[in-house]
Amino acid sequence: MSVQSVLPAVAGPRRPLLRRRSAIPGFGLTMGLTLTILSLVVLAPLSAVAFKAAGLGWSDFLAAGFSQRALNAYRLSFGAALIAAGVNGVFGLATVWAIVRYRFPGKTLLNALIDLPFALPTAVAGIALATLYSSKGWVGAALAHAGIKVAYTPVGVVIALTFIGLPFVVRTLEPVVRDLAMDVEEAAASLGARRVQILGRVILPALVPAWLTGFALAFARGVGEYGSVIFIAGNMPFKSEIAPLLIVIQLEQFQYREAAAIAVVMLAASFLLLFVINAIQAWARRYS
Amino acid sequence: MSPMFISADKPRPAPEYTAARPAARPNEDPAWVKALVLSAVVGFLVLVLILPLACVFAEALKQGTGPALEAIKDPDAISAIKLTLLVAAITVPFNALFGLCASWAVAKHQFPGKAFLITLIDLPFSVSPVVAGLIYVLVFGAQGWFGPWLIEHGIKIVFALPGIVLATMFVTFPFVARELIPLMQEQGVDEEEAATSMGASGLVTFLRVTAPNIRWGLLYGVLLCNARAMGEFGAVSVVSGHIRGLTDTMPLHVEILYNEYNYVGAFAVAALLCLLAIVTLVLKTALEVGQSVHGRHV
Repeated sequence: MSVQSVLPAVAGPRRPLLRRRSAIPGFGLTMGLTLTILSLVVLAPLSAVAFKAAGLGWSDFLAAGFSQRALNAYRLSFGAALIAAGVNGVFGLATVWAIVRYRFPGKTLLNALIDLPFALPTAVAGIALATLYSSKGWVGAALAHAGIKVAYTPVGVVIALTFIGLPFVVRTLEPVVRDLAMDVEEAAASLGARRVQILGRVILPALVPAWLTGFALAFARGVGEYGSVIFIAGNMPFKSEIAPLLIVIQLEQFQYREAAAIAVVMLAASFLLLFVINAIQAWARRYS
Repeated sequence: MSPMFISADKPRPAPEYTAARPAARPNEDPAWVKALVLSAVVGFLVLVLILPLACVFAEALKQGTGPALEAIKDPDAISAIKLTLLVAAITVPFNALFGLCASWAVAKHQFPGKAFLITLIDLPFSVSPVVAGLIYVLVFGAQGWFGPWLIEHGIKIVFALPGIVLATMFVTFPFVARELIPLMQEQGVDEEEAATSMGASGLVTFLRVTAPNIRWGLLYGVLLCNARAMGEFGAVSVVSGHIRGLTDTMPLHVEILYNEYNYVGAFAVAALLCLLAIVTLVLKTALEVGQSVHGRHV
């Protein structure tokens, strides 16, 4: 997934509500196929979750979707995703700054590595991080010396979600930082602004919409993440159990409706996030 | 070169692009800031990206290459590799075809509700992979909508290849479309309109006019779609049933070996997947460099 996949493609001038006859053929065929495939692969199966959860009735739905165990799992999934997105917000911005503004050896390599989380299967990332940060691993051993336990605790969940979310922040911010008008900075400097003032008054405000979008995308991905987390999380009910894992556990016990109830809560959260991301981008378009 | 080394007495030629720039350029950070930012970035990336990658190969080769190769040549591993390749061979062309259809309809035509349609195409990105697997279990599983009918007719979808393919299709759904829609919108419709007005059919217009313009973007989308298709874990794990030698893909095989404390085996198969990721990143970088040389964004 690249930056384009992150930014909305809703450009183009407004046209009258009804479709203007286009000279280019193939609209009926391609649109028909698009809608058919979309309905069969995505929309119809997704609606099955809602129907299944509805079969529970309201009070059973609340009991399954908002049990204490489920609430703890949501808190871990959402909390860890929030912290990880924050970490990525700071280091991702620094990374983008270094890639765009500095020249240093190995930059192409570093730039390519940023996308590793997109290319590396999550299960591989999961076992690698679990080994690395366990008390016997290269990093974990050093941390254990300092009395910090990472693997099999919620901190481990944050590490895994940081890995997963990094490219979302970097690839959303990168084109915006690249397009920052240098002459505005120069103008500010020539008017006597100090570097810190330029950073706080000129550069950072221009980055806010993209930064928020990247943050939200990393957060949304982290909330639903499964593969990279389960190996490092510890998976103790009420303590280090993420929400997607709870769905899997319910499913393995053939409690389909309970699984569907948790899935509906998570879907509602991700739709809300999608809405927020779209709103940020609509706001950003007006802002720029 | 730092300005310190510029000798003051000799007049230097007028600075070209790469000549030492004056230190007081207002939008250049002081050296100590650069050093600080760079070391923070490199330190962070080493901890989060580079060490995990190195760790996979180190663990796989802990007992030498022999046991690692042995784990990859294991019949269950071979069948996992074959299944993964098969799933990708079905999913990726399907995804490319859908992406081409969707981007042609969305980018080359005007219709109401376009933004909404794009949001729907994007939807699978914001759904947890586990939920993506769950929905197919709810539709095609024994307890699902079509479960009884499928059992009656002896068709297996969940815990079999079709379920794995469907779940993979769901999670990779937006990949090619999201790559092509912005690209085709940016390129506009003038060339296609010219071609059709001169009598070219839709197919000829697409093949001779549009396809050359979008081939790199298409390749880019296919590349990332393929990486995700081969590496998907959560969604596939829910629908696969983990039948060793039958419905285990490579990532699921990694999990099984790891949970059996067969670390060398798990990391050996994981190292194969790492190589896939590295090849993906190299090709992706090559595509991006080629694109910027040709002055067009992917």
